[in-house]
Amino acid sequence: MQIIDKGMDNESHLLAVSGRIDAMSAPEFEKQMSEIIDHGKQLLVIDMSQLEYISSAGLRSFLVIAKKIKAASGQMKLCAMQDPVKEVFEISGFDAIIPVCKTVTEAMV
Amino acid sequence: MRLIDHITLPAVLTNLPKFLDMVIQAAASHGIKGKRIMEIELALEEALVNIFNYAYPDDAGGDVTLRCLINNDGQLQIEIEDQGRAFDVLSVADPDVTADLNDRDIGGLGIFLIKKLMRSVSYHRRDHKNILRLTV
Repeated sequence: MQIIDKGMDNESHLLAVSGRIDAMSAPEFEKQMSEIIDHGKQLLVIDMSQLEYISSAGLRSFLVIAKKIKAASGQMKLCAMQDPVKEVFEISGFDAIIPVCKTVTEAMV
Repeated sequence: MRLIDHITLPAVLTNLPKFLDMVIQAAASHGIKGKRIMEIELALEEALVNIFNYAYPDDAGGDVTLRCLINNDGQLQIEIEDQGRAFDVLSVADPDVTADLNDRDIGGLGIFLIKKLMRSVSYHRRDHKNILRLTV
């Protein structure tokens, strides 16, 4: 799992996450994301196109992060998921609680 | 029923990749590929992490045995056995996957994913062992 900072403007911050978010890497993902959102922008967009795998441990991290962002009156959008990752979000109903967009451009609007 | 491969290792998270590798290879040798491999990995991770976290509450810990078999219908079957405290994953209620962000709880989601992704799941308690069978 790796988080890559793709830059920010006044309102939004674009990140890309790659690799696997499983039971082994989820704690590190959550820790790094918490540090990023501590000095966060209004809108956080995460490019998921290079994320190959996510398990419930990773979903738990996304839930924790989404709740923190909401508490700070911000918003998180996820975009460009690969099919297997998208399937996990859909089965668990997470696509209904965290906005999922097809492309980065769509998410930045 | 034909045994393809098996492995026994201590029930600790750092052994997760070794368990997964064995099953991925067995699945590949059975002609399974692509997204289905990831779904097997996911179901297996969820089942194993439950065991790592809850089966052996004492410091002494314990082992997990994984067996990959081909059943009489030619389907891949993964058998996960531990000697920890009795725990029937099928007794866990499904989570509310429609709850909104504020009310969403993660409990039970791993087991829910196993049930959704595998063809069938069965649990047996025998000789002080938990035996979970996932049919792919």
